[in-house]
Amino acid sequence: MTKAAPAPSPNALPIGLLAELTHRCPLACPYCSNPVALEGRSVEMTTADWKRVFTEAAALGILQVHLSGGEPAARRDLVELVKQCADVGLYTNLITSGIGVTEALITALYDAGLDHIQLSIQDSDPASADRIAGYKGAFDKKQDVARWIKAAGFPLTVNAVMHRANIERSAAMVELAVALGASRVEIAHTQYYGWALPNRAALMPSRADTDKAVSEVAALRERYRGEIVIDLVIPDYHATYPKACMGGWAKQFMNVTPSGKVLPCHASETIPGLEFWSVRDHSLSDIWHASPAFNAYRGTDWMKEPCRSCERRDIDFGGCRCQAFALLGDASATDPACHRSPDHAVMASIAEAEASGPIGEYVYRRFPATVI
Amino acid sequence: MTATEKAALERIPTFPRGVRLKHDEARQEWVLLAPERLIKCDAIAAAVLALCDGQRSLGEIIETLALHYKADQAVIARDVVALLEGLQEKKMVRM
Repeated sequence: MTKAAPAPSPNALPIGLLAELTHRCPLACPYCSNPVALEGRSVEMTTADWKRVFTEAAALGILQVHLSGGEPAARRDLVELVKQCADVGLYTNLITSGIGVTEALITALYDAGLDHIQLSIQDSDPASADRIAGYKGAFDKKQDVARWIKAAGFPLTVNAVMHRANIERSAAMVELAVALGASRVEIAHTQYYGWALPNRAALMPSRADTDKAVSEVAALRERYRGEIVIDLVIPDYHATYPKACMGGWAKQFMNVTPSGKVLPCHASETIPGLEFWSVRDHSLSDIWHASPAFNAYRGTDWMKEPCRSCERRDIDFGGCRCQAFALLGDASATDPACHRSPDHAVMASIAEAEASGPIGEYVYRRFPATVI
Repeated sequence: MTATEKAALERIPTFPRGVRLKHDEARQEWVLLAPERLIKCDAIAAAVLALCDGQRSLGEIIETLALHYKADQAVIARDVVALLEGLQEKKMVRM
Protein backbone atom coordinates (compact mmCIF):
# COMPACT_ATOMS: atom_id res chain seq x y z
CA MET A 1 0.00 0.00 0.00
CA THR A 2 1.39 3.36 -0.94
CA LYS A 3 1.01 6.24 1.33
CA ALA A 4 -0.04 9.57 -0.17
CA ALA A 5 2.46 12.33 0.29
CA PRO A 6 1.30 14.77 2.94
CA ALA A 7 -0.33 17.87 1.51
CA PRO A 8 2.04 20.84 1.47
CA SER A 9 1.40 23.00 4.49
CA PRO A 10 -0.89 25.82 3.43
CA ASN A 11 0.34 29.39 3.52
CA ALA A 12 -0.71 31.41 6.52
CA LEU A 13 -3.86 33.31 5.59
CA PRO A 14 -3.86 37.11 5.40
CA ILE A 15 -5.47 39.08 8.23
CA GLY A 16 -5.35 42.60 6.80
CA LEU A 17 -6.00 44.30 3.49
CA LEU A 18 -5.02 47.85 2.61
CA ALA A 19 -7.45 49.12 0.00
CA GLU A 20 -6.02 52.13 -1.81
CA LEU A 21 -9.39 53.23 -3.15
CA THR A 22 -7.87 56.13 -5.07
CA HIS A 23 -4.58 57.94 -5.34
CA ARG A 24 -6.40 61.27 -5.66
CA CYS A 25 -5.85 63.52 -2.63
CA PRO A 26 -6.19 67.24 -1.95
CA LEU A 27 -3.03 67.18 0.17
CA ALA A 28 0.50 67.00 -1.16
CA CYS A 29 2.52 65.64 1.80
CA PRO A 30 6.14 65.09 0.78
CA TYR A 31 6.31 61.75 2.67
CA CYS A 32 3.22 60.21 1.05
CA SER A 33 3.45 56.42 0.97
CA ASN A 34 1.81 56.23 -2.46
CA PRO A 35 4.11 55.36 -5.34
CA VAL A 36 5.74 58.23 -7.18
CA ALA A 37 3.93 56.95 -10.31
CA LEU A 38 0.38 57.64 -9.11
CA GLU A 39 -2.58 55.87 -10.68
CA GLY A 40 -5.08 58.32 -12.17
CA ARG A 41 -8.85 58.35 -11.90
CA SER A 42 -9.33 56.81 -15.35
CA VAL A 43 -7.79 53.47 -14.27
CA GLU A 44 -9.61 53.22 -10.91
CA MET A 45 -11.78 50.19 -10.25
CA THR A 46 -15.55 50.50 -10.20
CA THR A 47 -17.79 50.14 -7.17
CA ALA A 48 -18.72 46.61 -8.27
CA ASP A 49 -15.03 45.64 -8.61
CA TRP A 50 -14.25 46.78 -5.06
CA LYS A 51 -17.33 45.09 -3.62
CA ARG A 52 -16.21 41.81 -5.16
CA VAL A 53 -12.71 42.31 -3.72
CA PHE A 54 -14.17 42.79 -0.22
CA THR A 55 -16.39 39.73 -0.52
CA GLU A 56 -13.42 37.63 -1.62
CA ALA A 57 -11.27 39.12 1.14
CA ALA A 58 -13.68 38.03 3.87
CA ALA A 59 -13.88 34.53 2.38
CA LEU A 60 -10.08 34.31 2.24
CA GLY A 61 -9.75 34.99 5.98
CA ILE A 62 -9.06 38.71 6.02
CA LEU A 63 -10.43 40.29 9.19
CA GLN A 64 -9.56 43.96 8.92
CA VAL A 65 -9.76 46.28 5.93
CA HIS A 66 -8.00 49.63 5.87
CA LEU A 67 -9.77 51.99 3.49
CA SER A 68 -7.10 54.34 2.36
CA GLY A 69 -5.90 56.36 -0.59
CA GLY A 70 -4.95 59.00 -1.54
CA GLU A 71 -7.97 60.42 0.17
CA PRO A 72 -10.67 57.72 0.30
CA ALA A 73 -13.40 60.37 0.67
CA ALA A 74 -12.60 61.38 -2.92
CA ARG A 75 -14.54 58.23 -3.89
CA ARG A 76 -18.25 59.05 -4.12
CA ASP A 77 -19.08 55.40 -3.34
CA LEU A 78 -17.25 55.32 0.00
CA VAL A 79 -20.39 54.72 2.10
CA GLU A 80 -21.53 51.92 -0.20
CA LEU A 81 -18.10 50.27 0.02
CA VAL A 82 -18.10 50.50 3.83
CA LYS A 83 -21.55 48.94 3.91
CA GLN A 84 -20.35 46.06 1.74
CA CYS A 85 -17.43 45.43 4.12
CA ALA A 86 -19.79 45.46 7.11
CA ASP A 87 -22.21 43.12 5.33
CA VAL A 88 -19.49 40.51 4.79
CA GLY A 89 -18.22 40.87 8.37
CA LEU A 90 -15.01 42.82 7.80
CA TYR A 91 -13.69 45.23 10.42
CA THR A 92 -13.26 48.60 8.69
CA ASN A 93 -10.73 51.31 9.38
CA LEU A 94 -10.91 54.57 7.43
CA ILE A 95 -7.56 56.29 6.93
CA THR A 96 -8.33 59.87 5.99
CA SER A 97 -6.80 63.33 5.70
CA GLY A 98 -10.19 64.76 6.64
CA ILE A 99 -10.12 67.08 3.64
CA GLY A 100 -13.34 66.76 1.65
CA VAL A 101 -15.02 65.00 4.58
CA THR A 102 -18.34 66.49 5.74
CA GLU A 103 -20.28 65.96 8.95
CA ALA A 104 -23.01 64.27 6.90
CA LEU A 105 -20.48 61.82 5.46
CA ILE A 106 -19.25 60.93 8.97
CA THR A 107 -22.83 60.19 10.05
CA ALA A 108 -23.49 58.11 6.94
CA LEU A 109 -20.29 56.11 7.51
CA TYR A 110 -21.34 55.45 11.10
CA ASP A 111 -24.72 54.18 9.97
CA ALA A 112 -23.06 52.04 7.29
CA GLY A 113 -21.08 50.25 10.01
CA LEU A 114 -17.60 51.78 9.84
CA ASP A 115 -15.61 50.70 12.92
CA HIS A 116 -12.79 53.21 13.33
CA ILE A 117 -11.31 56.38 11.82
CA GLN A 118 -7.68 57.36 11.60
CA LEU A 119 -7.14 61.05 10.91
CA SER A 120 -3.79 62.42 9.80
CA ILE A 121 -2.49 65.63 11.34
CA GLN A 122 0.71 67.09 9.91
CA ASP A 123 1.87 69.17 12.89
CA SER A 124 0.60 70.72 16.13
CA ASP A 125 1.63 74.12 14.77
CA PRO A 126 -1.07 75.22 12.27
CA ALA A 127 1.15 77.17 9.86
CA SER A 128 3.73 74.40 9.74
CA ALA A 129 1.00 71.77 9.31
CA ASP A 130 -0.41 73.58 6.28
CA ARG A 131 3.02 74.01 4.76
CA ILE A 132 3.81 70.30 5.14
CA ALA A 133 0.44 69.32 3.65
CA GLY A 134 0.81 71.85 0.84
CA TYR A 135 -2.76 72.97 1.59
CA LYS A 136 -3.84 76.19 3.26
CA GLY A 137 -6.44 75.71 5.98
CA ALA A 138 -5.85 71.96 6.32
CA PHE A 139 -5.06 72.16 10.05
CA ASP A 140 -8.24 74.06 10.95
CA LYS A 141 -10.41 71.79 8.81
CA LYS A 142 -9.00 68.71 10.56
CA GLN A 143 -9.95 70.10 13.99
CA ASP A 144 -13.57 70.24 12.80
CA VAL A 145 -13.40 66.74 11.35
CA ALA A 146 -11.96 65.36 14.61
CA ARG A 147 -14.90 66.88 16.50
CA TRP A 148 -17.42 65.36 14.08
CA ILE A 149 -15.77 61.96 14.37
CA LYS A 150 -16.00 62.06 18.16
CA ALA A 151 -19.54 63.49 18.16
CA ALA A 152 -20.71 60.64 15.92
CA GLY A 153 -19.37 58.13 18.45
CA PHE A 154 -16.37 56.76 16.56
CA PRO A 155 -13.08 55.84 18.19
CA LEU A 156 -10.46 58.24 16.79
CA THR A 157 -6.81 57.59 16.04
CA VAL A 158 -4.61 60.58 15.24
CA ASN A 159 -1.74 59.74 12.92
CA ALA A 160 1.26 62.04 12.89
CA VAL A 161 4.24 61.48 10.63
CA MET A 162 7.36 62.91 12.23
CA HIS A 163 10.29 64.43 10.35
CA ARG A 164 12.67 67.34 10.46
CA ALA A 165 10.03 70.08 10.31
CA ASN A 166 7.92 68.82 13.23
CA ILE A 167 10.02 66.37 15.27
CA GLU A 168 10.57 68.87 18.07
CA ARG A 169 6.79 68.87 18.58
CA SER A 170 6.38 65.08 18.96
CA ALA A 171 5.16 65.46 22.54
CA ALA A 172 2.86 68.32 21.50
CA MET A 173 1.32 66.01 18.87
CA VAL A 174 0.44 63.53 21.61
CA GLU A 175 -1.07 66.35 23.68
CA LEU A 176 -3.08 67.52 20.67
CA ALA A 177 -4.41 64.00 20.13
CA VAL A 178 -5.46 63.84 23.79
CA ALA A 179 -7.18 67.24 23.50
CA LEU A 180 -9.07 66.03 20.40
CA GLY A 181 -10.37 63.03 22.35
CA ALA A 182 -8.40 60.42 20.41
CA SER A 183 -8.21 56.98 22.01
CA ARG A 184 -5.07 56.19 20.08
CA VAL A 185 -2.22 58.17 18.53
CA GLU A 186 0.42 56.97 16.10
CA ILE A 187 3.70 58.82 16.27
CA ALA A 188 5.16 57.54 13.03
CA HIS A 189 8.73 58.46 12.26
CA THR A 190 8.98 58.84 8.50
CA GLN A 191 9.61 55.64 6.59
CA TYR A 192 11.56 56.37 3.44
CA TYR A 193 9.45 54.87 0.67
CA GLY A 194 7.21 56.39 -1.99
CA TRP A 195 7.51 60.16 -2.03
CA ALA A 196 9.57 60.20 1.17
CA LEU A 197 12.58 58.68 -0.58
CA PRO A 198 13.16 61.56 -3.05
CA ASN A 199 12.39 63.95 -0.15
CA ARG A 200 14.65 62.19 2.32
CA ALA A 201 17.18 65.00 2.71
CA ALA A 202 14.40 67.50 3.47
CA LEU A 203 12.77 65.14 5.97
CA MET A 204 15.65 63.48 7.82
CA PRO A 205 15.93 64.68 11.43
CA SER A 206 19.16 64.64 13.41
CA ARG A 207 20.00 61.74 15.67
CA ALA A 208 19.80 64.01 18.73
CA ASP A 209 16.32 65.30 17.83
CA THR A 210 15.15 61.77 17.06
CA ASP A 211 16.36 60.37 20.38
CA LYS A 212 14.79 63.28 22.27
CA ALA A 213 11.44 62.80 20.50
CA VAL A 214 11.42 59.06 21.20
CA SER A 215 12.13 59.53 24.91
CA GLU A 216 9.59 62.33 25.32
CA VAL A 217 6.87 60.22 23.76
CA ALA A 218 7.87 57.22 25.90
CA ALA A 219 7.42 59.37 29.02
CA LEU A 220 3.95 60.44 27.85
CA ARG A 221 3.02 56.80 27.36
CA GLU A 222 3.44 56.32 31.11
CA ARG A 223 1.62 59.53 31.95
CA TYR A 224 -1.40 58.76 29.76
CA ARG A 225 -1.62 55.02 30.46
CA GLY A 226 -5.26 53.97 30.24
CA GLU A 227 -6.26 57.29 28.66
CA ILE A 228 -4.72 57.09 25.20
CA VAL A 229 -2.83 54.31 23.44
CA ILE A 230 0.44 55.65 22.02
CA ASP A 231 1.93 53.64 19.16
CA LEU A 232 5.38 54.46 17.85
CA VAL A 233 6.66 53.68 14.36
CA ILE A 234 10.40 53.57 14.93
CA PRO A 235 12.89 55.70 13.01
CA ASP A 236 14.69 52.84 11.32
CA TYR A 237 17.70 54.77 10.04
CA HIS A 238 18.79 54.80 13.69
CA ALA A 239 17.65 51.27 14.58
CA THR A 240 19.62 48.28 15.80
CA TYR A 241 17.23 45.63 14.52
CA PRO A 242 15.04 46.03 11.45
CA LYS A 243 11.27 46.28 11.66
CA ALA A 244 9.32 43.08 10.96
CA CYS A 245 8.10 44.69 7.77
CA MET A 246 4.44 43.80 7.02
CA GLY A 247 4.75 41.10 9.70
CA GLY A 248 6.67 39.14 7.06
CA TRP A 249 6.32 39.27 3.28
CA ALA A 250 3.05 37.66 2.14
CA LYS A 251 2.40 36.45 5.68
CA GLN A 252 -0.35 38.74 6.99
CA PHE A 253 -1.17 41.58 4.59
CA MET A 254 -2.09 42.44 1.09
CA ASN A 255 -2.46 45.78 -0.65
CA VAL A 256 -4.82 46.52 -3.52
CA THR A 257 -4.05 49.58 -5.66
CA PRO A 258 -6.73 51.84 -7.18
CA SER A 259 -6.46 49.96 -10.49
CA GLY A 260 -6.68 46.52 -8.84
CA LYS A 261 -3.05 45.42 -8.72
CA VAL A 262 -2.36 43.33 -5.62
CA LEU A 263 0.92 43.95 -3.83
CA PRO A 264 2.56 42.32 -0.79
CA CYS A 265 3.12 45.86 0.51
CA HIS A 266 2.42 49.35 -0.76
CA ALA A 267 6.05 49.96 -1.74
CA SER A 268 6.76 46.64 -3.43
CA GLU A 269 6.43 48.01 -6.97
CA THR A 270 9.80 49.68 -6.41
CA ILE A 271 11.47 46.26 -6.60
CA PRO A 272 12.19 45.53 -10.27
CA GLY A 273 11.25 42.23 -11.84
CA LEU A 274 8.34 41.31 -9.57
CA GLU A 275 5.20 40.11 -11.34
CA PHE A 276 2.02 41.46 -9.72
CA TRP A 277 -1.39 40.05 -10.51
CA SER A 278 -4.60 42.05 -10.69
CA VAL A 279 -8.01 41.34 -9.20
CA ARG A 280 -9.33 42.06 -12.68
CA ASP A 281 -7.76 38.76 -13.86
CA HIS A 282 -7.47 36.58 -10.75
CA SER A 283 -9.29 35.86 -7.52
CA LEU A 284 -7.78 37.32 -4.35
CA SER A 285 -7.16 33.77 -3.10
CA ASP A 286 -5.19 32.81 -6.24
CA ILE A 287 -3.15 35.98 -5.95
CA TRP A 288 -2.35 35.31 -2.28
CA HIS A 289 -1.29 31.72 -2.83
CA ALA A 290 0.13 31.68 -6.34
CA SER A 291 1.13 35.09 -7.68
CA PRO A 292 4.89 35.40 -8.32
CA ALA A 293 5.24 38.64 -6.33
CA PHE A 294 3.75 37.09 -3.19
CA ASN A 295 5.90 33.99 -3.46
CA ALA A 296 9.13 35.89 -4.22
CA TYR A 297 10.05 36.54 -0.56
CA ARG A 298 7.55 34.40 1.30
CA GLY A 299 9.00 32.36 4.16
CA THR A 300 12.76 32.15 4.70
CA ASP A 301 14.12 30.15 1.73
CA TRP A 302 15.09 33.29 -0.20
CA MET A 303 17.33 34.53 2.60
CA LYS A 304 21.08 34.93 2.37
CA GLU A 305 23.50 35.27 5.24
CA PRO A 306 23.47 36.77 7.81
CA CYS A 307 19.66 36.29 7.84
CA ARG A 308 19.61 32.62 6.81
CA SER A 309 21.21 31.33 10.00
CA CYS A 310 20.02 34.14 12.27
CA GLU A 311 17.94 33.22 15.31
CA ARG A 312 15.80 36.32 14.67
CA ARG A 313 14.84 35.36 11.12
CA ASP A 314 11.31 34.42 12.21
CA ILE A 315 11.03 37.54 14.37
CA ASP A 316 11.86 40.29 11.87
CA PHE A 317 11.97 38.30 8.61
CA GLY A 318 15.13 40.05 7.44
CA GLY A 319 13.43 43.45 7.70
CA CYS A 320 12.20 45.26 4.62
CA ARG A 321 12.83 44.04 1.06
CA CYS A 322 12.07 47.45 -0.47
CA GLN A 323 14.58 49.15 1.82
CA ALA A 324 17.26 46.56 1.02
CA PHE A 325 16.70 47.26 -2.66
CA ALA A 326 16.49 51.05 -2.31
CA LEU A 327 19.73 51.32 -0.35
CA LEU A 328 21.76 48.34 -1.54
CA GLY A 329 20.29 47.49 -4.95
CA ASP A 330 19.55 43.93 -3.76
CA ALA A 331 16.05 43.09 -2.53
CA SER A 332 17.20 39.79 -1.00
CA ALA A 333 19.94 41.36 1.12
CA THR A 334 19.54 41.87 4.85
CA ASP A 335 17.77 45.17 5.54
CA PRO A 336 20.67 47.52 6.35
CA ALA A 337 18.64 48.74 9.35
CA CYS A 338 19.91 45.55 11.04
CA HIS A 339 23.19 45.94 12.90
CA ARG A 340 24.19 42.51 11.60
CA SER A 341 24.01 43.72 7.98
CA PRO A 342 27.50 44.26 6.54
CA ASP A 343 26.06 47.50 5.13
CA HIS A 344 24.52 48.75 8.38
CA ALA A 345 26.82 51.78 8.52
CA VAL A 346 25.29 53.10 5.30
CA MET A 347 22.07 54.10 7.08
CA ALA A 348 23.68 56.11 9.83
CA SER A 349 25.96 57.85 7.33
CA ILE A 350 23.03 58.78 5.05
CA ALA A 351 21.04 60.02 8.06
CA GLU A 352 23.94 62.05 9.40
CA ALA A 353 24.87 63.61 6.06
CA GLU A 354 21.29 64.52 5.15
CA ALA A 355 20.26 65.79 8.57
CA SER A 356 23.23 68.17 8.67
CA GLY A 357 22.61 69.57 5.19
CA PRO A 358 20.22 72.40 4.33
CA ILE A 359 16.53 71.47 4.65
CA GLY A 360 15.77 72.47 1.05
CA GLU A 361 12.44 72.46 -0.77
CA TYR A 362 9.93 69.62 -0.74
CA VAL A 363 9.00 67.73 -3.86
CA TYR A 364 5.27 67.82 -3.12
CA ARG A 365 3.24 64.75 -3.97
CA ARG A 366 1.16 65.64 -7.01
CA PHE A 367 -0.06 64.08 -10.21
CA PRO A 368 1.79 65.13 -13.32
CA ALA A 369 -0.37 67.51 -15.36
CA THR A 370 -1.07 64.80 -17.93
CA VAL A 371 -2.71 62.31 -15.51
CA ILE A 372 -6.39 62.42 -14.38
CA MET B 1 -17.41 42.15 51.10
CA THR B 2 -16.65 45.86 51.36
CA ALA B 3 -18.75 48.47 49.60
CA THR B 4 -15.90 49.13 47.17
CA GLU B 5 -15.61 45.44 46.28
CA LYS B 6 -19.35 45.24 45.82
CA ALA B 7 -19.36 48.29 43.55
CA ALA B 8 -16.51 46.77 41.55
CA LEU B 9 -18.62 43.66 40.87
CA GLU B 10 -21.55 45.80 39.75
CA ARG B 11 -19.56 47.23 36.84
CA ILE B 12 -20.94 46.21 33.45
CA PRO B 13 -18.20 45.48 30.89
CA THR B 14 -18.99 46.43 27.29
CA PHE B 15 -17.09 46.80 24.06
CA PRO B 16 -16.82 50.39 22.88
CA ARG B 17 -17.55 51.24 19.25
CA GLY B 18 -14.60 50.04 17.20
CA VAL B 19 -14.08 46.87 19.22
CA ARG B 20 -15.75 43.66 18.14
CA LEU B 21 -15.65 40.03 19.20
CA LYS B 22 -15.83 37.88 16.09
CA HIS B 23 -15.65 34.23 15.22
CA ASP B 24 -12.96 33.83 12.59
CA GLU B 25 -14.42 31.18 10.31
CA ALA B 26 -11.25 30.68 8.26
CA ARG B 27 -9.16 29.77 11.33
CA GLN B 28 -11.95 28.51 13.58
CA GLU B 29 -11.15 30.72 16.54
CA TRP B 30 -12.50 33.79 18.36
CA VAL B 31 -10.76 37.11 17.83
CA LEU B 32 -11.18 40.53 19.40
CA LEU B 33 -10.87 43.22 16.73
CA ALA B 34 -9.91 46.80 17.63
CA PRO B 35 -8.21 49.79 16.00
CA GLU B 36 -4.95 48.38 14.51
CA ARG B 37 -5.19 45.47 16.96
CA LEU B 38 -6.23 41.87 16.73
CA ILE B 39 -6.21 39.61 19.75
CA LYS B 40 -6.67 35.87 19.35
CA CYS B 41 -8.77 34.55 22.20
CA ASP B 42 -8.05 31.27 23.96
CA ALA B 43 -11.06 29.26 25.14
CA ILE B 44 -11.22 31.01 28.52
CA ALA B 45 -10.94 34.53 27.11
CA ALA B 46 -13.58 33.70 24.50
CA ALA B 47 -15.93 32.40 27.22
CA VAL B 48 -15.48 35.57 29.30
CA LEU B 49 -15.82 37.99 26.39
CA ALA B 50 -18.89 36.23 25.03
CA LEU B 51 -20.65 37.12 28.28
CA CYS B 52 -19.80 40.82 27.94
CA ASP B 53 -23.15 41.65 26.38
CA GLY B 54 -23.72 45.05 27.97
CA GLN B 55 -26.34 43.51 30.29
CA ARG B 56 -24.42 41.28 32.67
CA SER B 57 -22.38 42.75 35.51
CA LEU B 58 -18.90 41.58 36.37
CA GLY B 59 -20.37 39.69 39.36
CA GLU B 60 -22.91 37.92 37.16
CA ILE B 61 -20.25 36.98 34.61
CA ILE B 62 -18.07 35.46 37.35
CA GLU B 63 -21.02 33.59 38.82
CA THR B 64 -22.06 32.20 35.43
CA LEU B 65 -18.56 30.98 34.64
CA ALA B 66 -18.01 29.46 38.11
CA LEU B 67 -21.24 27.54 37.71
CA HIS B 68 -20.47 26.42 34.16
CA TYR B 69 -16.90 25.29 34.88
CA LYS B 70 -17.75 24.06 38.40
CA ALA B 71 -14.81 26.11 39.62
CA ASP B 72 -13.98 28.18 42.66
CA GLN B 73 -15.56 31.61 42.33
CA ALA B 74 -12.50 33.38 43.76
CA VAL B 75 -10.20 31.80 41.17
CA ILE B 76 -12.57 32.67 38.33
CA ALA B 77 -12.95 36.21 39.65
CA ARG B 78 -9.20 36.73 39.65
CA ASP B 79 -8.85 35.60 36.01
CA VAL B 80 -11.88 37.52 34.76
CA VAL B 81 -10.89 40.78 36.45
CA ALA B 82 -7.28 40.50 35.23
CA LEU B 83 -8.45 39.91 31.65
CA LEU B 84 -11.03 42.69 31.57
CA GLU B 85 -8.96 45.29 33.40
CA GLY B 86 -6.05 44.54 31.04
CA LEU B 87 -8.35 45.15 28.09
CA GLN B 88 -9.74 48.27 29.75
CA GLU B 89 -6.25 49.75 29.90
CA LYS B 90 -5.90 49.07 26.17
CA LYS B 91 -9.25 50.81 25.59
CA MET B 92 -10.77 47.58 24.33
CA VAL B 93 -13.30 47.17 27.14
CA ARG B 94 -15.29 49.82 28.98
CA MET B 95 -16.54 49.21 32.55
